[in-house]
Amino acid sequence: MVTLGDYLLVSGLLFTIGFAGVMVRRNIIIIFMSLELMLNAANLSLVAFSRFRVTPAGLPDYNVQVFVFFIITVAAAEVALGLAIIVALFRARQTTHVEDISTLKF
Amino acid sequence: MPALLFWPFALLMLIFGAAVVLNRNPIASALSLVVCFLGLAALFLSLNAYFIGIIQVLVYAGAVMVLFLFIIMLLDLRAKERRHRNVAALAGGSIVALALFAQIYSVIRSLRSADLPMPPLTDQRIDDVRNIGTLLFDKFNLPFQIIGVLILVATIGVIVLSKRELR
Repeated sequence: MVTLGDYLLVSGLLFTIGFAGVMVRRNIIIIFMSLELMLNAANLSLVAFSRFRVTPAGLPDYNVQVFVFFIITVAAAEVALGLAIIVALFRARQTTHVEDISTLKF
Repeated sequence: MPALLFWPFALLMLIFGAAVVLNRNPIASALSLVVCFLGLAALFLSLNAYFIGIIQVLVYAGAVMVLFLFIIMLLDLRAKERRHRNVAALAGGSIVALALFAQIYSVIRSLRSADLPMPPLTDQRIDDVRNIGTLLFDKFNLPFQIIGVLILVATIGVIVLSKRELR
């Protein structure tokens, strides 16, 4: 039997993988993809809680699924904007390596 | 969902999620991310969230990843051999990530309901598109409109950012 803890564990593992990608990788596009992994891990645990909290009508809690819908929408807008910023950055500096972009570093 | 289907899809998702981080080639990373999202969509379907699963495939595995691949190919990024591996950043990042996972694991273990299986659904007709739509246009009407404005702002922002010269 698959329990709620199994889903949360898988979600936590996926979040950790995304977090490690943000910390370790130096290519800004890979860092951006790892951010997407973290967002999706959060979505997985939200949907698991939605299925776990069955309403008196015998259906999953749809409030949570509307929240997940909003997260997916915002993430899609965020991807479009982030990639536009990366393209503008590449035009100005010819690089996607975060160590080459250190103007704002103290 | 039987455990026979849950673990293969969870494992597929985690393996390809790790491949996103480990691949040297950005295109291979992006394609691994597509497979990872498809595995995640299967897990959503297993939780009776059919609408979210379909949206995951359409929006993420479809639109967002095509955008990623476009940009990677537009910028013509190759798997360049980097000058030096930054060992300190590698070790520090891995340690912080492991600490984070240890924290998440201990929280899940301390959760009393974590060992319970999913309760059965008494209503077998799951028309979740209708239920989500009703909530979206009724209870969450204001957030829905704000999201619409947000997407408009993002569209304008992308157009402004991708103009050749900013004046």
